[in-house]
Amino acid sequence: MNIDIDTIIFDVLIPVIKIIVMILFPMIMVMVMLWVERRGIAFLQERLGPNRVGFQGILQPIADTIKMLFKEDIIQRQSDKLIFNIAPVVVLATSLLAFCFIPVGMTMSIGSYNLTFWVAESPVGLLITLGISSLSVLGIVFAGWASNSKYSLLGGLRSVVQLLSYEIPIGLTVLTVVLASGSMNFIDIVNKQNEMGIWFAFMMPVSCVVFWIAAMAECNRSPFDIVEADSELVAGFHTEYSGIKFGYFFMAEYAHMVLVSSLMVVFFFGGGLPIFPNVEFLWFLHYIPGFVWYFIKIMFFLYLFVWIRGTFPRYRFDGLIRLVWKWLVPLSLLNLIVVAIIRMIV
Amino acid sequence: MINYWYFFLFFIITIAFSIGFLLFVALIRFKRNVHDDKTFPYECGVDPVTPTARDTYSIRYYLLTLVFIIFDVETVFLFPWAVINDQLGWFGLIEVFIFILILIFGYIYAWKAEALEFRREIG
Repeated sequence: MNIDIDTIIFDVLIPVIKIIVMILFPMIMVMVMLWVERRGIAFLQERLGPNRVGFQGILQPIADTIKMLFKEDIIQRQSDKLIFNIAPVVVLATSLLAFCFIPVGMTMSIGSYNLTFWVAESPVGLLITLGISSLSVLGIVFAGWASNSKYSLLGGLRSVVQLLSYEIPIGLTVLTVVLASGSMNFIDIVNKQNEMGIWFAFMMPVSCVVFWIAAMAECNRSPFDIVEADSELVAGFHTEYSGIKFGYFFMAEYAHMVLVSSLMVVFFFGGGLPIFPNVEFLWFLHYIPGFVWYFIKIMFFLYLFVWIRGTFPRYRFDGLIRLVWKWLVPLSLLNLIVVAIIRMIV
Repeated sequence: MINYWYFFLFFIITIAFSIGFLLFVALIRFKRNVHDDKTFPYECGVDPVTPTARDTYSIRYYLLTLVFIIFDVETVFLFPWAVINDQLGWFGLIEVFIFILILIFGYIYAWKAEALEFRREIG
């Protein structure tokens, strides 16, 4: 086995750098979102929000992080200490791990080397990503059980029923994307949209909307934040957590939001493709790199999270079950049938 | 194949980062100021009503869970069809529709049997 310098650089060094960047990317987005969310909600509610630390409060996330790092760690007297400590790690690690197959841009040629903006590609990347992203519910149940607080336990139990609801519409709508692209590889899905010259959102608007609603339930965001409903359950599953362990849940929630926005962008909004990828007179849009398009698109969806949080009241526990099982499941089944027939005819 | 090695590497680095950062913060943060009242579970300021929270709860979504498993397995079965739909053509499509139709009958039955309700009286 001969090892030359090129193998080390291109097969080891660059992937490791890409992996580290891919892990840091959600972390940095957490910081950005912390500010966007607090200022955005304040803007929607006609308040000022944080505007003292730095210009327009832009350094507020850093101040919050420093506070979180140094805060005292409190563990309940009757809690299950091992599971109590494992739960934040499970939640954060699964949220970050799901970024492995996400393409955050298109291939870029630098000299003779094609730089790809994804860590790995796999013909079943979609299934792996969906599987990993739903594993974080385990961590939430762990946290709820181990805390030995009634609020936490109720939050954990609710997160299970939330999983039972959103998983089916997500699966059925992703199926329509797989039908349209004929592949479960994220890169193939994006390329298919380039080939067709149209984003899947315009081909399958029903899938797009149903996926978005189910995705909001997946990352426990308002109006589906029944797991941590502040007005009923204090803080839900993380009531008893403090300091950096609470920070882990916080980071995981925002990383999950970035993940879901990325999935939305890749499935329905063309990943790193420019708007109208095939129109001739918009050729200049192709000079903007793919990751910039990707970033603009996920920022839109991340702001949409904030916007929806500021607009809609929270669903009740049984309301979520009713919405998903009596509206979204039949709708997505019907949508699957319609898409399959149209795909056959066209 | 090398892609799965990258995935494995990603997995290792993610786990190492998650655990390592927790341990790192444990070194730098302020020491625990142990006070007995702090270690009570939060219950709006009063002493806990029951000694432990791990009591029996009425989980009313038992039937929903069964329906969920059926539908989840259905979705998994449909994925391979969706990938090679173009090669199978109408034959595959009609077979899958029969499969979905059987499940829709089950779904209607579950709806009528009130398995999709949360506030169902049990017993």
